[in-house]
Amino acid sequence: MSIYEITDKPIDPQRYADHVLRPEAGAVVTFTGHVREWTKGIRTLYLSYEAYVPMAEKKMAQIGREIGEKWEGTRIAIAHRIGELDVGEVAVVIAVSSPHRKAAYEANEYAIERIKQDVPIWKKEIWETGEQWIGDQNKKPEVRNP
Amino acid sequence: MIKLLYFAGIRDLTGVPEEQAPLAGRTVGELMEWAEDKYPGIREGGARVAVNEEYALDGDVLTEGDTAAFIPPVSGG
Repeated sequence: MSIYEITDKPIDPQRYADHVLRPEAGAVVTFTGHVREWTKGIRTLYLSYEAYVPMAEKKMAQIGREIGEKWEGTRIAIAHRIGELDVGEVAVVIAVSSPHRKAAYEANEYAIERIKQDVPIWKKEIWETGEQWIGDQNKKPEVRNP
Repeated sequence: MIKLLYFAGIRDLTGVPEEQAPLAGRTVGELMEWAEDKYPGIREGGARVAVNEEYALDGDVLTEGDTAAFIPPVSGG
């Protein structure tokens, strides 16, 4: 069984790596995405993530099915955290196991790229001088001073 | 009635996370026009619409009881 979940609790990456491990797997690749302090010279104090939870879990499961078709014999687990996250905390974990390492590496990268395209999750950066929803690239920044 | 959901920057624009609107029988494209009238600028950021948790096309028709969500460009990961 695969795991696709949105959670408001801290993520323990090992739990997901353990979940995909099985006797046929010779490789497990675990990716964790973390809250970065500096983006383009601006210091982030913390991030706030929100999701359209049922759709996000559905889209992650769809990505898992795509991976199953492209890389046979893989098993995958994906979790994304929502709520307020401090610098360094884990925002997303993707664990993929496969008989050989190449498929696990490739499938793992495919998963994060697809998450960034289609899964309804949004990140708001909170700085010392304001805040901004990320993703509205065509929109004028709406910086509000606290 | 159609249940409308707003997220992230779009919710900041609408001021409410959800509402009901009598848009059954209308297309997703017409929903966008309705929303642009009520909330000028809602289309500017390139939002997509999801109907019942699947991305929809402009020509898709809304059915009584559907849930339509405005999905601003996503930024997970």
